Amino acid sequence: MMLDIFSKLTFLSIFTDIKEFFNKQIPVADWVDEAVKWTTDTFSWFFDPIKEDFGDQLEKFAELLADIPPSIVIVITVIIAFFLSGKKFGLPSFTLVGLLFIYNQQLWEQLMSTFTLVLVASLISVIVGIPVGILMSKSKWAEAIIKPILDFMQTMPAFVYLIPAVVFFGIGMVPGVFASFIFATPPVVRFTNLGIRQVSKELVEASDAFGTTGSQKLFKVELPMAKTTIMAGVNQTVMLSLSMVVIASMIGAPGLGRDVLSALQRASAGTGFVAGLSIVILAIIMDRITQNINKEKS
Amino acid sequence: MPVIKVHNLSKIFGKRTKEAQKLLDKGLSKEEILEKTGSTVGVNRASFEVEEGEVFVIMGLSGSGKSTLVRLLNRLIEPTEGDVEVDGENLATMGKDDLRKIRREKMSMVFQKFALFPFRSVLQNTEFGLEVQGTDKQERSEKAKEALELVGLGSFVEQYPSQLSGGMQQRVGLARALANDPEVLLMDEAFSALDPLIRKDMQDELMDLQEKMRKTIIFITHDLDEALRIGDRIALMKDGSIVQIGSPEEILMNPANDYVEKFVEDVDRSKVLTAENIMKRPETVDVDKHGPRVALERIREQGLSNMYVIDRARNLKGYVTADDVSAARKQEQKDFHGIIRTDMPTVEKDTPVHDIFEIIHDSQVPVAVVEEGKLRGIIVRGSLIAALANGNGNEVNGDDA
Ligand SMILES: Nc1ncnc2c1ncn2[C@@H]1O[C@H](COP(=O)(O)OP(=O)(O)OP(=O)(O)O)[C@@H](O)[C@H]1O
Ligand SMILES: [Mg+2]
Repeated sequence: MMLDIFSKLTFLSIFTDIKEFFNKQIPVADWVDEAVKWTTDTFSWFFDPIKEDFGDQLEKFAELLADIPPSIVIVITVIIAFFLSGKKFGLPSFTLVGLLFIYNQQLWEQLMSTFTLVLVASLISVIVGIPVGILMSKSKWAEAIIKPILDFMQTMPAFVYLIPAVVFFGIGMVPGVFASFIFATPPVVRFTNLGIRQVSKELVEASDAFGTTGSQKLFKVELPMAKTTIMAGVNQTVMLSLSMVVIASMIGAPGLGRDVLSALQRASAGTGFVAGLSIVILAIIMDRITQNINKEKS
Repeated sequence: MPVIKVHNLSKIFGKRTKEAQKLLDKGLSKEEILEKTGSTVGVNRASFEVEEGEVFVIMGLSGSGKSTLVRLLNRLIEPTEGDVEVDGENLATMGKDDLRKIRREKMSMVFQKFALFPFRSVLQNTEFGLEVQGTDKQERSEKAKEALELVGLGSFVEQYPSQLSGGMQQRVGLARALANDPEVLLMDEAFSALDPLIRKDMQDELMDLQEKMRKTIIFITHDLDEALRIGDRIALMKDGSIVQIGSPEEILMNPANDYVEKFVEDVDRSKVLTAENIMKRPETVDVDKHGPRVALERIREQGLSNMYVIDRARNLKGYVTADDVSAARKQEQKDFHGIIRTDMPTVEKDTPVHDIFEIIHDSQVPVAVVEEGKLRGIIVRGSLIAALANGNGNEVNGDDA
C-alpha cells in the first residue's frame, strides 16, 4: 500500500517536472538581445563610422540626384529604355508617362531617395553576392554551409531585419540599405551558383583540355556561360531590394515608402494609392531595364 | 619512338576502388563488381603504345570505356592506377602546372558534341588555346586563321557557332584543336554526331589533313567502318579492357575472340559484296605476244612485284614474279617458259567478300577473279579493306583508274 502511493507520487513528480520544463520559456529572445547588445558595443568602432559617413554620402547622393532637373533625368531614362528594349516604343513610352506622373504628383524627391537606396543596396548585394555564389559553386562545403543561411535570410519575415538594423545603424538610410542587403542578396548568390553549376560538362572539359587555370576557366568560360542566369538573379535582387526599401521607411528611410506609411497612419486612401502606384511604376521600369540588359548581351 | 605509352592504366568509378581492384584481380566481371561494390569499372589495365604520326583508333560498343580511356590520356579523369607517358613524361603522377603545360602545348581534344563556346565567334573559339597560353593577339589571330583555312572555314571567322551546320561546327572544333599545333590530337567520337554523308567527308578531310600534318591521332569511334577507313591501327575495347590491337587487316582477318568476330560480322556487306564488286582491272602480259622484256618493263612501270599472265583469249595461265622475269631477261630468254607460276589464289566473280578474307590473308599475290577460266580482275588487300570501309564496292571499282 505504502509502496503503491510512493510510486504514484514519483510518477506525478516526474510529470510535473516535464510540465514545468515546457511551461518555462527558453530565453532565446533574451539571448539574441544580449548578443545584439554585445555586438553593438564591441563593434561600435565599425558601425558608427558607417552610420555617419556612409549615411551622409547616401543623403548627398540622393540630394544630388534630386537637384538634376527632372526633365533631364526623364529624357535620359527614356533614351536608355529605348535602346535597351531593342529600339521598341512600349517601354520608353511607359517610362515617359510613368515618370511624368510621379513628377506631377510632387513625388520626385521621394522617387530619387528610393532610387538611391535601391541602387546602392542592390550594388552592395551584387558585389558581395556574385563572389559568394562563385565560392558556392566551386566547393561542396561552401554550398552546404551557405545554402541554409540563404534560406534563413529569405524566409525570416522582412520586418525582423529592421530591428538589428536600427540597433546597429540608428534610423535613416543606412539601416534601410543594411536590411535590404540581407533580404535581397540571396537570389544573386543562388543564381550565380546555379548558373556556374549549369555550365555543360563538355564545355568545362574543353576548357580544362586546353590547359586553363582555375581563374581562366572562370572568366573565359563559366561566367560568360552563366551570365544570363546571373543577370536573372540580379533582376530579382533589385526587385527584392525595392520592396525592402519601401518597408524600411518604417525605420525612417526616406522615399516613396514614407508616403505610403504616413497615408496608412492617417487612413488616407488617396495619397496611399498615389504613392503605391509610383512604387509600382518604378518597379516596372527597373525590372524591364534590368531584364533587357540581360537579353541585350546574351 | 612511341609518343604515348600507356601501361596498366585503370579507372574505377565509385568509392570502393581498392576492393574493386582486388575483385578484378580475381577475375570477376564488370557486372559482378558493380553488384558487389557499387563501383563501375571504366577502364581495366589498358596497355598500348602509339607511334609518332600514327592514327590509333579505339573502338568498342557503348559503355566499353572509350571515352574514359581517352580522358585518362590527358587526365581529364584521374586514373585509379597505371601510367600514361607522353614523350617520356608520366602524366599520371605529374603536378598541376606540368599537366597544364602538356595540355596547352602537346595535346588537344576534339569533342563529340563539338563543345564550342557559344558566346565566342568562330575565330575567337579557334584562338582559345592560344589565348589561354598567353600568346599575343596578333599572333594568335594569325595562327587561328591559318587553322581555319586548313579546315576550309577561312571565310567564316566572324560567324557564331549557332550560325553553322554541324559539320562546320566540328571543323571549328578541329581548327581549335589544331591552332596551337599540338603533337597529339585526341578525338572522342568526333564525327559521330554528324549525318552519314558529312561524316564521310569529314573522314576524308581528316585523312587529307593528316597527310600534310602527320600528327599523332587517337581517334575514338564505335563504328567499324570509320575505324577501317582512318585507322593505322585499331584497338578494340570490351567492358573496359582492350581485347585486341592490330592493323585493320589483322582485326578483320584474325579476330582475337568471339567479341571481335561479332564486331567484324556487323560489317554486313562483307557478305553482300562479291569479288566482282571490288576487283580491279589487272595488269597482265600475253603469253602469246609478250616475253620477259615487256613483262619487266610493265612490272617496273607499275611498281609491282608480280604480274598475271594470260593468253590471247584472256585465259589465265598463271603469274610471273619480278625476280624471275628479271633473271630470264638477263639470260636473254624470249618467252615465259619455265617461269610461270600457278599457285595463285583464285575466286569466282560471285564469291562473297567474306570468303576472300581467308584466301587473301597469306597470299603474296593478288587474288585472281576468274570466269570460266578467263581472268576478269584482281583483288588486292588494300581494296578489300577499302571496300568494307567505303560501304560501296562500286565506288572502289570506279576509282581504280
Ligand atoms: N563519371 C562517371 N561515374 C561513374 N561511372 C562512369 C562515369 N563515366 C563513365 N562511367 C561508366 O564507365 C563505363 C565506360 O563509360 P564510357 O563513357 O567511357 O564509355 P564509352 O565507351 O565512351 O561509351 P559511349 O560509346 O556510350 O560513349 C560505363 O559503364 C559508364 O557507365
Ligand atoms: Mg563515349
